[in-house]
Amino acid sequence: MRWELKFSICDGAHRFLLVVNRFPDSLYLVGSSPCPLASKIDSFRSKVDLLKLPLALSTKSISERKSQLGGARERGTGGGGARKPCPPTRDMDNESQYSGYSYKSSHSRSSRKHRDRRDRHRSKSRDGSSRGDKSVTIQAPGEPLLDAESTRGDDRDDNWGETTTVVTGTSEHSVSNEDLTRVSKELEESSPLECKRFLGPVLGGCLGLFALFTPLAFLVLPQLLWREALEPCGTPCEGLYVSLAFKLLVLLISSWALFLRPPRATLPRFFIFRCLLMVLVFLFVASYWLFYGVRVLEPRERDYRGIVEYAASLVDALLFIQYLALVLLEVRHLQPAFCLKVVRTTDGASRFYNVGHLSIQRAAVWVLDQYYRDFPVYNPALLNLPKSILSKKMSGFKVYSLDENSTNNTNSQSRAMIAAAARRRDNSHSEYYYEEAELDRRCRKRKARLVVAVEEAFTHIKRLQDDDPTASSPKHPREVMDPREAAQAIFAPMARAMQKYLRTTRQQPYHSMESILTHLQFCITHNMTPKAFLERYLSPGPTLQYQRENGRGRHWTLVSEEPVTSALRQGLVFSLRRLDFSLVVTVQPLPFLRIGEEFIDPKSHKFVMRLQSETSV
Amino acid sequence: MSFIPGQPVTAVVQRIEIRKLRQGEHLILGFSIGGGIDQDPGQNPFSEDKSDKGIYVTRVTPEGPAEVAGLMMGDKVMQVNGWDMTMVTHDQARKRLTKKNEDVVRLLVTRKSLEQAVRHSMM
Repeated sequence: MRWELKFSICDGAHRFLLVVNRFPDSLYLVGSSPCPLASKIDSFRSKVDLLKLPLALSTKSISERKSQLGGARERGTGGGGARKPCPPTRDMDNESQYSGYSYKSSHSRSSRKHRDRRDRHRSKSRDGSSRGDKSVTIQAPGEPLLDAESTRGDDRDDNWGETTTVVTGTSEHSVSNEDLTRVSKELEESSPLECKRFLGPVLGGCLGLFALFTPLAFLVLPQLLWREALEPCGTPCEGLYVSLAFKLLVLLISSWALFLRPPRATLPRFFIFRCLLMVLVFLFVASYWLFYGVRVLEPRERDYRGIVEYAASLVDALLFIQYLALVLLEVRHLQPAFCLKVVRTTDGASRFYNVGHLSIQRAAVWVLDQYYRDFPVYNPALLNLPKSILSKKMSGFKVYSLDENSTNNTNSQSRAMIAAAARRRDNSHSEYYYEEAELDRRCRKRKARLVVAVEEAFTHIKRLQDDDPTASSPKHPREVMDPREAAQAIFAPMARAMQKYLRTTRQQPYHSMESILTHLQFCITHNMTPKAFLERYLSPGPTLQYQRENGRGRHWTLVSEEPVTSALRQGLVFSLRRLDFSLVVTVQPLPFLRIGEEFIDPKSHKFVMRLQSETSV
Repeated sequence: MSFIPGQPVTAVVQRIEIRKLRQGEHLILGFSIGGGIDQDPGQNPFSEDKSDKGIYVTRVTPEGPAEVAGLMMGDKVMQVNGWDMTMVTHDQARKRLTKKNEDVVRLLVTRKSLEQAVRHSMM
């Protein structure tokens, strides 16, 4: 007996748990509760009340039901398609089953884990369902079209942390390993990063404010302390005041424009130039204060003009330090000097970038910026060779060595095994070729269906112009919808085609139903054509498109043989590692160009006919 | 042999009939032509008027059918079997002369000495 379990999570205020099944026993569980953030389904399920229990079920125990639910839930989310939100009635039996081969074709690790459980359930339901039938039912909005593989992968953990269905491999009252790792990862990513990120800018900000207020302090302190003894100073002082004020204003504005930006990355080591500059500013201002204290405050200097000039010179020097900072931090690395080749280790996607003189860590940050924009998103499901080919390759000879001194024997035996396997004629390349062709054909077929479905769906709605409501209202009162409702209305006919296409291209972890609806709403609002709506799904976009906005940030590890604050030079190799893949960066200098000059007189463009040809007849 | 554009061309011509000789599978005539409206007329050593784009005989093989028939080097070919040769491309001229189903070509050629001869005889 097949169970399908659907539930939507956290789309605002309510959470529904809706269970639909096919066969005489039906269990309806409808619960609604306020949505706790990132709570595990296990704890939630223990709070759900069973509102309705038909007769036949009262004999079975609740825990058995729950275990069946657990198994069905994993399968159900794996097989989740669009389902109608109608109340789960007995006439669901008349609807045909979602085709079962989608379970077999998924290659994910965790779905393979649950495959035996699915098989058990499937054998029970074989009497009623036929494999080839299709069903169309629409899920309640907010429900992810997820596979069991969605909990894998670091990026997707960040995305789906609050809104995923939790698929556990164990019973419903325990926390599985996946949950533990995910929770620990969330914890470690959240708190330390918040403090460390803002330390540098705060320090710099304090130093900057200190430096800015110093000249003012120099001017104000004598006035406060020994005003009577000061010599009056006339117009030169006025001029100095004005120039001082404007220079301070310029310093303030340029500091704000250049340096007061939220930092976008935390680097493993200190940023050398920034530290250098901060130390310089600090020493500078401190030495000025020292001299001020010794020469002005102690002997109570009476020449106020001198003091004002002293303050003006400080401001001049600060301006020059700011110029130095501008050149070191912003300008020096703009002129390209090196070409970086970035290769992703898992699928070989590579790009070339031109950068200037940077340290390794800064270059790493820059490369990652470009990575999020340029590289297509890493999809682990696309990497495997089809199983049929791999299994054939792996089934080689098995060699057992039982001797004691088998060290050199195993070497020779393994070599013999490899040689024998190589000599054996294997057709895996042709299998691979045909498999690829088949996959391509299937993908194109599904894409064609999807495109047609979307085009048709888009013809169902049109924008309401302001001038024709009067024409339509007396005869057919047309219901006016906002974009969200319009999107939901036309989503139904294209949902299945979309689902099947995403499955074929292994993209279904990236697009939940909620996200598809949101995108559809966005496209409708901006008058986009069906093709514009589909561009997001037909080609894998850059990684940035799939990131969610959260303040936690991405954790990358910079792996390098040189110290990371050293500058780039030829032949340097470093890599940026993430949990399941890494980017290897190779540095090559740009060639030195020798550009010569050649002058062509415009009058020298002359043409003649070709030489006479002679033909013998 | 000079022509005025827009006026009909008048020249003293000689009628030459050449029988093609079969050599292997080719029918040869035994001379070479140069010129044509797609060629550079300034390179023609035989023409008087260096803007003349007509077809000229540049070489005659000794003891060939053309020499036997009386063709001489430097002749300008005006007609081949009734087809005009004064305003043709080089390739068209070649094709007209080397038609496989014709055994005989009847040329109308002109040369400077012909005109002088006529003038002398008229005087």
